[in-house]
Parts: sequence; C-alpha cells; structure tokens
Amino acid sequence: MRVDGKGLIDRTKPVRFCFDGRDYAGYKGDTLASALLANDVRLVGRSFKYHRPRGVLTAGSEEPNALVEVVGPSNQTPNVRATVQEVFEGLVAQSQNRLGSLRFDLLAVNDYLSPFLSAGFYYKTFMWPRAFWEGLYEPLIRRAAGLGSLSGRHDEGVYEKAFAFCDVLVIGSGPAGLMAALTAGRAGADVILCEESHALGGRLLSDGGTIGGLPAGDWVAQVVAELEALPNVRIMVRTTVTGAYDHGTYGALERVGLHKPARPNLPRECFWRIVAKHAVLASGALERPVAFENNDRPGIMMASAVRTYLNRYGVVPGRRVTLFANTDQARGVARDLMAAGVTVAAIVDPRPDASSVEDCPVHVGAEVVGSRGRLGLSGIQVRKGSEIIEIETDCLAMSGGWNPTLHLTCHMNGRPRWSEELAAFVPMEGAVPGLVAVGAANGSFSTHGALVTGHAAALKAVEALGRKVSVAVPEAEDMPYRIKALWAVEGTGRAWLDFANDVTTKDVKLAAQEGFRSVEHMKRYTTQGMAPDQGKNSNVAALAVLADATGRGIPETGTTTFRPPYVPVSIAAMGAGGRAEGFAPQRFLTSDQASRDRGAPMIEAGLWYRPSYFPKPGETTWREACDREVRMVRETVGIADVSTLGKIDIQGRDAGRFLDFVYTNTFSTLPVGRVRYGLMLREDGHVLDDGTSARLGENHYLMTTTTAAAGLVMRHLDFVHQAFCADWQVRFISVTEAWAQFAVAGPKARELVLSFLETPVELPFMGVAPVRIGGVDGRLFRISFSGEEGYEIAVPTRYGEALFRDLVARAETMGGGPYGMEALNVLRIEKGFITHAEIHGRVTAHDIGMEKMVSAKKDCIGKAAATRPGMWGPEREQLVGLKTHAPISAGAHLFVPGTEVHRETDQGYVTSVCWSPTVGAWLGLAFLKDGRARHGEKIRLVDHLRGLDVICEVCDPVFHDPEGEKLRA
Amino acid sequence: MPDLIAKSALEGRSLALGGVTLAEVDPGPITSIALYPGGTKTAAKGLRTLGLAMPGPNSFIEKKGARIVWTGREQAFLIGVAPPAIEGAALTDQSDGWAVLALSGVAAVEVLARLVPVDLRLAACPVGTALRTQVNHMNAVILRTGDYGFEILVFRSMARTAWHEIENAMHMVQARAGTKI
Repeated sequence: MRVDGKGLIDRTKPVRFCFDGRDYAGYKGDTLASALLANDVRLVGRSFKYHRPRGVLTAGSEEPNALVEVVGPSNQTPNVRATVQEVFEGLVAQSQNRLGSLRFDLLAVNDYLSPFLSAGFYYKTFMWPRAFWEGLYEPLIRRAAGLGSLSGRHDEGVYEKAFAFCDVLVIGSGPAGLMAALTAGRAGADVILCEESHALGGRLLSDGGTIGGLPAGDWVAQVVAELEALPNVRIMVRTTVTGAYDHGTYGALERVGLHKPARPNLPRECFWRIVAKHAVLASGALERPVAFENNDRPGIMMASAVRTYLNRYGVVPGRRVTLFANTDQARGVARDLMAAGVTVAAIVDPRPDASSVEDCPVHVGAEVVGSRGRLGLSGIQVRKGSEIIEIETDCLAMSGGWNPTLHLTCHMNGRPRWSEELAAFVPMEGAVPGLVAVGAANGSFSTHGALVTGHAAALKAVEALGRKVSVAVPEAEDMPYRIKALWAVEGTGRAWLDFANDVTTKDVKLAAQEGFRSVEHMKRYTTQGMAPDQGKNSNVAALAVLADATGRGIPETGTTTFRPPYVPVSIAAMGAGGRAEGFAPQRFLTSDQASRDRGAPMIEAGLWYRPSYFPKPGETTWREACDREVRMVRETVGIADVSTLGKIDIQGRDAGRFLDFVYTNTFSTLPVGRVRYGLMLREDGHVLDDGTSARLGENHYLMTTTTAAAGLVMRHLDFVHQAFCADWQVRFISVTEAWAQFAVAGPKARELVLSFLETPVELPFMGVAPVRIGGVDGRLFRISFSGEEGYEIAVPTRYGEALFRDLVARAETMGGGPYGMEALNVLRIEKGFITHAEIHGRVTAHDIGMEKMVSAKKDCIGKAAATRPGMWGPEREQLVGLKTHAPISAGAHLFVPGTEVHRETDQGYVTSVCWSPTVGAWLGLAFLKDGRARHGEKIRLVDHLRGLDVICEVCDPVFHDPEGEKLRA
Repeated sequence: MPDLIAKSALEGRSLALGGVTLAEVDPGPITSIALYPGGTKTAAKGLRTLGLAMPGPNSFIEKKGARIVWTGREQAFLIGVAPPAIEGAALTDQSDGWAVLALSGVAAVEVLARLVPVDLRLAACPVGTALRTQVNHMNAVILRTGDYGFEILVFRSMARTAWHEIENAMHMVQARAGTKI
C-alpha cells in the first residue's frame, strides 16, 4: 500500500512494469520490491528446497527470498534481487523456482515431505540402489532444487570492465561514509565514493533524524552537493564493492544500465578494479532475523526494511503491523508507522526491562512463537510468560539486532572478533592493509558514532597523504545500543535461519547431533550460508544455535568467514568484452583481403588468420583444392604468405656466439649471405623449436621461428640472455611484424623471382641477399619448406599486400597460383619436414633423428640434459613415415599386427597425416618405438575415436625427393 | 617491374565520438636503439646530433618532431626521424612493425580506463610518460602526448583488434555520458 506524502520516489514519473505476466504501476525511484509491495503483492517467490511461499524480507542486496528472473531482449537474468532491481518502463520480471504458478507450486509437496528432507537427506536417502543416482535421483533433485533458469542463449548484452585509481576509497555513503568522503574530499585527496544504492545517504534516507540541527535528508543533500562540486571526488552510485585484494585493489560491480530499458552501447554492468592508497569501509550493518516457528511467511520482514519501505518508497507492507524487536532503536519503526497513520497492532519486546511506553500495545518480556497465513501472514502467536496471545496482523517487522557488514575485512583471511556487548562480530583491526572500518560496519551504531569514526579514519588517511584539513563533525543522535541477544525462540516447529537455502534451527541441531560440531562442518552439512545471499542474514544466528546445541560459547564456536564477492557478480561483467572473438586479439596478414577475395576459408593458427585453401570453380571439397595446389607447386609455382613465422633480428659482436649457445648446431661459422637450419632445445633437453637463421652481416643475424612458438622463443632468448650472458655484446628484437614474407615454390620459382627483381641475383640453396623490388628494399632467401626449389621474398609490411597480389598474378600467368595451409601441410609431410605436431614438447633431437645436429664441439642449452639415459636409445619412440592406401588419422596409436590392442602393447602414435597426390598414397608421420630400425615393417594403426584400423608400412619420413636434388637445382 | 603501393594497417582511418577522436597516424620511421654493454657514452654522442638523449624509464623526449621513447631496459625507440649514425648500440628498423593510434579528447582517459590497467591520472601519468603496458589483451606502448592526448603503439597485425576495442570503449563512454543517474 502506498502512503501519501512519504518517500523519495518521483511521483510525477509513473512507470509500468510486468511481473509474472501482470502489469503493475510504480514510480521512478522504486525498486521492484517496493513497487510490488505498493501493489499489495506479497508472494514473490518460492523457497529453495521446500518451495514455501516467500515474500520480501529486506530492502537491500542481502535479500534471500525475493529472487526473480528479469527478462530482457538479449538476456534472461536469474536470481535478481527484487530489492535491488529498480523499476523502469517496460521491465519484465517473473518469479522462479516453481512448477506451475507461483500461487499453486506443485513442488510445494516438498514441504509436506520435509521430515524426509532434513539436512544431509540426500546423502542418506539416495544411496540405494546405487545405479539410480545418475539416471534418476540426481536429475530429479536438480529439477526440484536450483533457483532461476537461463535462456540457454549467449548473453549478447553489452558489458564493461574498467580500472580506477584514487587516494581514498570510501565504501558506503551513510553518515560515516559521507563524513569520510567530505573530510578527504575537502583535503584535496582523490576520492572515490561507492554506494550500492542509487542514492547517497544510506540509512539516513530511511531512519531520518537530525544532523547538525538539519533534518538528516537535508544534511545529506548538502553534503552530496558539496561532494559533487569537488573535482577530486568521484561518486559512483549503484556500485557495490565486492572484494578486497592485494595491494589496495578492490573489485566493484556497477549496475550501469540495469535500471533502464536496454539501449545500444550502454553497458548493463561494469566490473571495476579500483586501486586505492587508503580505504574507508562504511558499509553499515545488516539487521538479523529471529528464528521462530514459521517465521518465513510473506509479510514477515526485517524491521529496518519496513522503515525503509515507508520512508524511502512511501510504501507500507501491511495495514496492521506488529513489531518484534530486542533493541530500543527498532522502536523507531513503530513510531514512524504510527506517525504515518498506519495501525501498529503491538510491539513485542523480549527484554523484560524494556520500556512499555508507546502509543500502541507493548508486550515486554514476550516472544513471537508462531504465525499463520498460507500465502501471506494473517496472524501471530505471542507467548508472554505462560500466556499465549493471538494477534491479527498482516505484517510483522522483526529485528534480532544488527551485524556489522564486515565482509570485506575477511577477504584477506582476517577473522572477525566477537563483541559480547553488541552480541555481534566486529572487524579485526588491520585485517585488510590500508582499510579502516568505521560506523556501524565497525560496531558504532549511533549516527554520532558513525560521523565521528568516519571523520577520524578519513583524517588519518589524509595525514598519511601529507595533506591537512579541518572539518567540524556535526552533532547527531548518540543513543546507546542496548540489546539482549535473541537468536531463536523456543518451540517445536520449524524455525528458519537461512531463508534462501531452507535451513532451520532443527537442521543445525541435527548437524551437531550427527557430529558436525565445527561451524565449517555444520555449514557444509546443512548448506547454511551457501545460497546467493552467502549467509548475510543467517550466519551469526546459525552459529549461535550451534553454540547452544554443542554447549559452547559463541567465541569458542568461532565463525565462518566471508570470501569475495560480497554480492553475486555476473561472469559477463568480469569477462566483459571477452566473449567470442573478444577472447583474444586477431592477427591479420597483409594478404588477408586478397585471400578472402579469392574465397579462401580462413583458419586461425596461433592468433593469425591464414588461408586454408583457394577454391576454384567446380571444386566441391577442400581436398580437390588442396590436391590441385600440391600438384601446382610440384609442377609449376605456388605462392604462400609465410609472414606469420617469427623473425628475430640479432646483432652484436657476440651474436654468433649467442646463437651457438641457444642452437644445438653452430652458427658462428656460417658465412655472410648464407642461411642454416637450426634446432633449439629447452633446458630439459627436449626440442623447443626449429627454424632457419640467416647471416645478414658480420655481426647481424636474422632468426626465423615457427609461427606457434614465436613468442615462446623470444621469451627463451630473453631468459638465456638475462640469466647466462647479460654481459655479451648481443642485442635482439622481434621484427615479425615489420616484414611481409612470401614463399615462392616450385620448378618455375626461379623464373618468377627473376621476373621482378631490379637486379637479378643467382642464389645458391640456403643463400640470402638484399634485393630491390619496384624501388623497395627487400630480402631474398633461397629456402624451402615444400621440397621444391623455393624462395622466400621479404619486404617491409606496408608493401605486403601489393607484393602478394603481384606475385599471385605472375604465378598465374605461369600456370601457378596461391596455395593455402592445407597444401603447405601436405607438401611438408611429403618431404618429411616437422612442425609442432611433431616437436610437441616431449620429443628429443634423437627422437626426430637429428641427434647429429647436436654439435660435439660446443655446449648449448639443453645439451647436458639431452645426453642423460632415457633421452635417447631404442626404447624411445622415433620419428618414422607411414604409408598406406586407406585413410588414416593423426592421434591414432600403433600396434604390432597380431597383438592385442591395449595400453601396454602401444608401440607409438601418429602426429600428422595427409593424402599425397604426389605419392598417390596416404602418408603419415609417427613416433614408433625403435622406429628407425623398423623401416619396412608392417604396423597396425588403430583409432578408436574415428573407428580406424589400418595396416601401414613403416618407412623413412622423407617420401619426396629424399636426396634433395630439387632443392639444390 | 612491380609497382608496390604502401598501405598502413588501417589506411589512415579516423573516428570522432562523444568528443573523443581516434585516428591512425603515420609516425614516420621507427628505429629500435638497444645499447650494448658499455655503449652508453658513444650512443649518447650519436643521439646528441638530434638534440636527444636516451630517455629514463617510463618517459619519452621530444625535439623538433623527433621522439625518443623508453621501451625497456637500455632500449628506446627513435620515432619520426631517420636514425643518425650511432655507435655502441644495435639499431633495428621497426617502422612497419607497429600501428600508431592517436586518441584525444577530454574523455580519452575514460576510454583508456576501460582497456589499460595503469593509473592514467595526469598526476601519475604526466605528459611525457611512456608506458609499456597492455590494451586489453594486447601489448602496447602508450605515450602521454597531452593533457587529453595519447598515442598508442600496437603490433601492426593486431591493429584491427585494437581499433575495435578502443572504438567499443568510446561507444560505451559516450552512451554513459548521455545517461542521467
């Protein structure tokens, strides 16, 4: 019910929204919870396990009951707290965790089965028969439990992540937070003030009162106006600080666009990483419920929430309200209600010495022991001494006192300290370096206490920053906090502790009875504190009940602590921008457009996009194109973009010495103008990478790495240089990006190359020379990865596209053309050249038949390890070729024909395969035990995944031109 | 004889959104200068002909259109001029390895705050700062060229991703600016 003249909502801006298919009206400034309560909607959800009818319990992010699904154009977001979600025109929300309608949830049968569904029931009940677990029990339980549902589609909403830096981070904008921000802001420090709600003021907006002679609301407005005018203060509303991390880093979740209709480019949420020199935790406190029989009916709410709905939203959740509370502060709720013209049926106060002077009936020394009303509260039973009083009421405001919101202080392993006086845990000082808890978050529950401690903490931070400021603390209420702890009312029925996970006092007692006496064990056995609210409403009461059940005090029982995040954070916000193509950068070749123009499908190799093959009219499969491209290279000439290979420019008097150290073979003896193939080992003796290095000058080399290992090799060189030879005269830098490089391969390669050089050069095999092409300085290498006479021509990247288009056009006039990765792979398998499919990190130089490349005349990285026993010899799997006439697969395993096929008889595995149009057979490269001695043998290839079982011939891995005559032609 | 046409990574693209401008710029030649052990003095002599010196960590120096940018220990990029003869250092042409994006406008810092995990407040990152950091997943060199201006060097092959991500951030910052609390 809406109350005239109350609340901070904008009554000039009505908003229509939809809940469970019905349209409702609210106002701008309403939350979904306040707007539903204003429309007398009390039933908003079903509980997790028993599917009990539930209503709004709180007015904040700690809400355990009012969890709904918000349905947007691109998203369906489950478990949205109706107390946080602001209404906007067109908002569509629906209740969740029900089978059928919310009023007639078929799974409510669980409530009648509750004697069988106590804590740990599934450990006990679903043990037999064992086979039923996976097929029957688990799916049933999953169907019955769980909360909201997902759409099953990708979340294509816009999310953002961002970084911020400040001197002082103030978390919370109640009296303590505002005072801290004002003090630090006036001192000129860079301040970030985060407030979870959409308006600054914290409980001042709900509780009223006066500060410095002004109504609290006016004081808030005044401070906010000043803060907004300070350029060094950044106010972040709708922002919850979710975690405290090392080095003054805090995570924060900002609801940027969740309170308005989706609009292009406006993020839904932003996940902030805030780095602060100092932090002031002014997060206030959370009111705690009292456990009594059937304390979970819609209409039973936190007292502070009732006050918030009245004063902030102009809503009363009932027409006859009762108050059940054990502090003097809570009396303000009843007084505010009566002042607004709402009937307060009674105040029930368990403290025998509490005042009974109010404008309504007051029962002191009394407790609420039960409630009635199936879908909403209709009455309560109060026990006073031996007497039971029935009270008609549709809203019960309850309060069992307050727990400081100290969660962030636990995020770096700090354990809170029990305060007997407050009957609550308070933060341990210094638990998070640089963070000081103030106000209610530190147990100072009066407004005066909040202002003073907020001011003091900010002052300390300001002084540490070397600044000075003088700010007077205004006068405010300084009521003492008198509490008589009341966790659970004696009774026989079920009394809820954790509303979200349906954990009752009985469950906690059962846990203790069954031996789960440690608070950590009780938590896991009962699932208390493991729901979306993470025990915000129930932790302290649950451990108090446990303490009682185990005959210990609360300090001895201890407490579970809190981990980040403070509130649920959507993965979409944390990983903003990382979905689909945003996962990693995309690297494009200069030939990219030219390849796409020819219809080449692009495949991702590393982060690069490379053409797979270049289809021609009439070709229907990739194989046809690939076979044609292979024949083209073998018969005429082919062009391939090989710019993705890593290139490292190495200079200095010790450059050759350095290469000798990192390669197994010798480079210091390489003549200028020549290229040599090199093999590089890791420190552990396994092959790291291979490639060619060219000597461009006396003290100048150019190293080539494989595409995949370009970064890895650079890192390796950096490490070797810094760790072992930092004083050598050698410097190197990646030039991968600076050069576009194209392979020209085939019998007509030389003719093509000579056609575009300004001055013809005759290069020997493995030669390099500077060349000029159309006025541009480039480099020509005579190297081959195809087994044909091959050249690679490099020009500065800006000319790459032009050169590629030119080369392809020239090749086509000679019967050649471009070739893609598929053909490149076939060509190199035919030639027995290895890639990282073979040098996958577990093979040695010996395994690939290159042990002779490990120079005996010098030391190199990995040499010592490579000579250890076990790193070489016949027991190792060695590189061989396979040849057969049926399709084979990489990943298949090898067995001796006639033996059983199982792990123990495994003889090796296949790393690369292709159909070879040159040889006219299926070829493979494989690692086979003692393989080099077994050329000519038959071996059985088995691939269970693809259902292959083929006999192959073991042979030398070089199928094409084994003497290398074509290369040297 | 082929006629080779030069193309930059983004062909000089530019974009203005919400008072922030993003544009690919041509920085001129980029040369890596890596000092050899003991090469400090002789290299300094070579740089002096341009009125420049090796910059300190996280900074760059600018003189008459030539910039020298700290890019690592004993390493700098000379940008905008052909390198003079320098002894005691390895010089490597990097001109074609990088795409350079200029980002300017009052909200430029806000845009980069979406992508760069470094404190870019003017006090912490004054004009003349050079950072080796990241633009989202990409390695980058970022120069603070003005109170409201940055130049961002990324690998040339990743230029399109860099553009896309900065453009996205510009869109989001602009969309926020248009909304009221």
